[in-house]
Formats: sequence, C-alpha cells, structure tokens
Amino acid sequence: MNAGVQVKQVENNVESEEDMELVVKQKDGADLLIQALKDQGVDVIFGYPGGAVLPIYDALYKNPLRHVLARHEQGAIHAAEGYARVSGKPGVVLATSGPGATNLVTGITDAMMDSLPLVIFTGQVASTVIGTDAFQEADIIGITQPITKHNYQVNDVADFPRIIKEAFHIASTGRRGPVVVDIPKNISTAIFTPTDEEVEVNLPGYQPTTTPNYLQIQKACLAIAEGKKPLILAGAGILHAQAMEELKEFVETHQIPVTNTLLGLGSIKGDHELFLGMAGMHGTYAANMALSECDVLLNIGARFDDRLTGNLATFAPHAKVIHIDIDPAEIGKNVQTEIPIVADAKIALQTLVKKQSKSPETTAWLVHLREMQASYPLWYDEDPSCVLPQQAIEIIHRITEGNAIVTTDVGQHQMWAAQYYSLNNPDHWVTSGGLGTMGFGFPAAIGAQLAKPNARVVAIVGDGGFQMTTQELSLLQEMRIPVKIVILNNEVLGMVRQWQESFYEGRYSQSLIPIQPDFVKLAEAYDIKGYRIQTLEEAETVFKEALLSDEPVLIDCRVKKHEKVYPMIAPGKGLHEMIGVSRE
Amino acid sequence: MKRVITVTVINQSGVLNRVTGLLMKRQFNIESISVGHLEQPGMSKMTFIVNVEEERKIEQLVKQLQKQIDVIKVTDITDKAIVMRELALVKVISPPHTRSEINSVVEPFRATVIDTSKNVVTYQIAGNPDKIEAFIDLVRPYGIKELSRTGATAFVRETQKLQSPQLSILK
Repeated sequence: MNAGVQVKQVENNVESEEDMELVVKQKDGADLLIQALKDQGVDVIFGYPGGAVLPIYDALYKNPLRHVLARHEQGAIHAAEGYARVSGKPGVVLATSGPGATNLVTGITDAMMDSLPLVIFTGQVASTVIGTDAFQEADIIGITQPITKHNYQVNDVADFPRIIKEAFHIASTGRRGPVVVDIPKNISTAIFTPTDEEVEVNLPGYQPTTTPNYLQIQKACLAIAEGKKPLILAGAGILHAQAMEELKEFVETHQIPVTNTLLGLGSIKGDHELFLGMAGMHGTYAANMALSECDVLLNIGARFDDRLTGNLATFAPHAKVIHIDIDPAEIGKNVQTEIPIVADAKIALQTLVKKQSKSPETTAWLVHLREMQASYPLWYDEDPSCVLPQQAIEIIHRITEGNAIVTTDVGQHQMWAAQYYSLNNPDHWVTSGGLGTMGFGFPAAIGAQLAKPNARVVAIVGDGGFQMTTQELSLLQEMRIPVKIVILNNEVLGMVRQWQESFYEGRYSQSLIPIQPDFVKLAEAYDIKGYRIQTLEEAETVFKEALLSDEPVLIDCRVKKHEKVYPMIAPGKGLHEMIGVSRE
Repeated sequence: MKRVITVTVINQSGVLNRVTGLLMKRQFNIESISVGHLEQPGMSKMTFIVNVEEERKIEQLVKQLQKQIDVIKVTDITDKAIVMRELALVKVISPPHTRSEINSVVEPFRATVIDTSKNVVTYQIAGNPDKIEAFIDLVRPYGIKELSRTGATAFVRETQKLQSPQLSILK
C-alpha cells in the first residue's frame, strides 16, 4: 500500500465542553460505513482485507460485524451471491483496491446477469494519487460500469451516508443488481461530523414501475381467456418478487400449465400437477413442445434467454406473447410481444388474480401435455458397473426429501441437478444461469448456509468447477458451516466434452483431465470428512450418512465418464427439434 | 436509418462514459454526439445521431438508456418537427488568386471568415449537418487543410405538425 495521506487529526486540545461533545461525535468515513451497514440491517460481510481498506477493517475491529474471510475475492462475492439469492437481502462485499477489486469482476457480472442484489465496497488509492498509476490502483469505476446496475466513487465524505443509502436502495429495488461503491483511502480516514438530518435518497432518474397498467392487465385477461393452449413461463422474477403464492393461485384457478426457466426453478413446486418441468436447451420434451404449440404465452419475470428460446425464428410460433417484467428493456428485446406489462411480478399476479376473469378451456390441452409427459419422460440407461450422475442426484433428492438448498456450478452436473432435483421450496436453488460461471457453486453454498443456518445445503459441483474455488474449503471448519459438497466426478469437463463429441467429431481438445487431486485427502487436509463413492451401493450408504450429518462433508462421487445430458436442442435449432428425447 | 436521440442527464462525472459505453456494449454506432449544460443547474443534454437498422433496436436503445440511473429523460426526436444545428470550422487552402472565387462560391452558405493567413482562410459555418456536408463537398476541390465539427445539437419545435409514431411498447 501507498498513498498514506492521513487526514485523520482529531483535535486534542479540547477547551470547552462544546468542543468535547464535538470530538465525541466526530468519526471518520470508515466508522461511518460500518455503522451505516449495521443501520441497513446487514448481518454479514463477505470480504478480504488489503492496503486501501485498512481503515475500514480497523473500524470493523472496533465495531464488530460478522465478517466472512474468504480465501479469494471471487469466493467472497459468489458467497455473497448465494446469500442474496437465498435470503432476498443484498449481499455485502468488501475488497481492497486494484487486484482485490478486479478479482470481483466475474462475480459482479454474474450478479448483473442473474439480477442479484449486491452492494460491493472497494477500496481505492487516495484521491490525490488517483490517475497516477499508484500502487494497487485500478479504475474500478470504469471497469465495472457496464457490469453494474450503478456505481459510485465517493469524492467527499459528506456524501458518503447518502451514497450508502442509495446503493442499497438501487441494489434491492426494481430489477435487482450489483452496485459498486469505490472508497478512496482518504475518504475512509476523513473526519465526518454527523448531522441530525435524515439522509434522503435523491434519485430523480430512478423510479421503477411496479404497478401494472390496468388496461394492459385487461387485455392480458382477455387473451388468456380466449386461449385454447395457454402456457405460463415462470422466471426468476417470480422468486425475486416473492410471488410464488400468487402464481400458484393463478395457475390453479385457471388450470394453466407452467414451465420454468433454469433460474425460475422453485417458483412452483417441482411435483405440481400443472408443472411441465424446465424448458430450454436441456428442458423436458413436454415443456419445449408446449412452448412450440401454445397459442398464448404468459411470460412472468423471464428474459427469453437464448438457452431457453433456441432458434428465435421458430420460437413459440403460434403464440400471442404477454410479457410481465419489472425491466421494460427486457420486453420485446428478443421476442415480439403483443401485450407488454411493466410491473413487479407479485403486484401483477395479484391484479390478475383479483380480476377473476373467465378461465380458458384447457382440459384437452392438459390431456395432450400429460400424454407427452408420460410418453417422453427424462431418461437414462442404467449401468451396473458404475453410478450414473442422474442416479446420484435422484438419491440425494430422496435422502434430502427435496427440501435441501441446492447450489451448482455450470455444466452437465448443473443440468442434471435442474432435471432431477425436483424442488419443494422456493429460493432453494442457487445456480449461475446467465453468465455460466464455473467455481460458483461451492462458495455460493457457503453464503446460502449463512443465510439459512438451519437448512441443509448441498453444493452439487463438477470436478472442473470445484477446482476453481477449492480454497474456500478453509471456511467450513473455521466458521462451522455444514455445507455438503457433492462432486460429480467424471474426470472430464463434461459439457465441453459432450459438445466436442456431438459437434467436433470427438476431438477432445483439452477437456479430459484425469490428473486431479485426491479429493478425499484434500478434504481431510482442511479437517473435513471426505467420502468416496464408486458403486451404487456405496452411493446409498454414503449419501445417507454424509448428507444427514451436521458436519461439513465432501463427497467425491465417481460417475460414468461419458454420460451425456439429454434431451438436448443443438445450437441454432428450434425448441421442436430436440434430440435424445427417448432411447431410440 | 439515422435517428436523433436527445438524453437529459445529471451532470455527474462519468455520465458521458456511461452513455457512450452503453451504446458500445449494445453495438450502436454513434455518428455524432454533442453535450452541453442545460438551463437547470446540474443537468446536461446530449444529442446524438446513431445509425440503426430496425425499429426494435432503437426501442431497445431508448429503454437501455432510460435504465441508467443518471439519465433523466430519453427522447427519440427523429420523427418530430425539430431544429438541428451543427457548427464546423474549415481551413481552406486559398492562395490570393483563388480567394475571391472561393468567397463567392461559399457565399450562399453564409459562412463567415474567422481567420485569414497568406494562403489559408478559415470559415465558420453553422447549420443542418446536410448543409455542412454540402459546404465541405463544395470547398474540397480547393483543398481542405483542416476540418473540425461540433456534432449536431437539436430540439423539437414548439409547434408540432405531425404525430410521431408510438414505440410498440406503448401501443
């Protein structure tokens, strides 16, 4: 660290009583920050110290707030994302300037893509040396500008309380997202005299619409009532708005089938009779065919991502599209929308329910969809010589009774978890959807466990992704975090290998990684109980013992190496062109 | 097609970067941009001209700009009755024997001479970007030594004749 401009000079020669009072009242920017976090109801910070945030860490020492010392800033921010997804509250991250801040970039982008509320405080070199390429200086405002909902650099300590308040407000309202607050070191040490005035949020350019336009709601009701094959696509917007009850009431009243995006899983119970399973690239046949055949498509809180829609030219070709979204920019971005409704999903659904409009006649449509579900369920071929990854997830599901919080990385294991871990509860599914970040699942599980200390948290990860954030194993015993890590270990980068097999004639370029640590010994090195599973019998006994224990555990579950995720839509193809729908 | 977009922003450091960064991220090509203070303190207005193929893309651009916290108002004024002006400074090679010829050629453009030296005359011209293009084309054969343009600024006329089409989201 450098930039030791110490502005902190508390007046020592106190003469009058009035002066005395002033000295007591005075605090510096760092003290102010920690107190403001407490006032915001923050109960945990994920962070890593360094030169530019030394004053803030000193303030934290004097005014303690629970701090999770991740072993890498990326681990800290993914943990904060897991915390935010499960608790619904903003995850708070603290990192130093330069490399501390740049190590957060992946996590910030991930949170931006998946609309997770984060407030990230980064240290910065002192104002006087900003722009001189000082030690550990990085232009984090410039770097994070396209990957944040908003960002601030504090240039005057007097603005600091307002900025903190605005940062939390922006992160946790409207379409949620990450907000970065960059704090030059001299701001942390600058003396601040609090005033009695309440700090006001002043954001004339930020007024998210939450209440739907009534006319549009009427149009939507009419379109739904007239539909013969209506379908609801429920996205993560349902979860962010906590509109699960309203969704359930609406679909049950009108008997409309529901499909989920990857991130929307959990917005309706996995075994609900109107639920068709996940749609998209590795979605169920019934869900994708429902999208292709429906005549009214009500999208609530999903953004028509390309992994969901497949080829846009053939996406929902017969459907009148109704799109409810809190972010107007998502409406009409990818799919032509007939009835746009800018609103919070909960308020929109409440309004729809209250309307008590006529229900569509869906009996024949539901029979048709159920036939498809029965004819083309998810499938795999058992192999007595090894454990199938799908079987492993089915066993985990049975033992945890579908009630665990499941976090995942990205790749094959993620898709299998999405397909086979049917969720009973909302906010129990934590996965990196938009950005597809390897190394996300394990640290996210730590954050999820801190948000819900009594829940059973299972991190289902691949052997590739897990090795990207392995260092966070240190946290499990240190903070008594009983996360259950399940590595679906096939010694390959499964999804890369699957694509190489399907589209690159089996040229497995850099995707086979048989050299890996002994994960059981690795766990033991961190004082965590490690298990290995090689057969189906072991899977039954080990999962039962390990998942039901109160301790952190790591399970190295060896699975069939060349298993592929099916069904699948090849890139560039439409939803109706699925392959691997059944054994033939 | 060319679209003229005006954006009212809070005059904060980095706000120009936010707006242009967003355009770059969404792959819009900025043809011209001009920025200046507004009559209200702390506010600025940007006027930019972008080249866009489809209506959906321009709708997306307006919505994305609107989402920026420092952006107060975004308007696509292309289809309204507007006044648009740009200023250009042009140094034209003008030795004594062609000078009066050039002066008479540029006269209809109401360009003013703002600097003269032995062989070069600097003209200032203000007007619609098309007019400036025409002026440049006209003096190019004489030799342009240097050219500097401000980018267009515009606003809507007080009296509007035609109704501008609504964005599809409002229909």
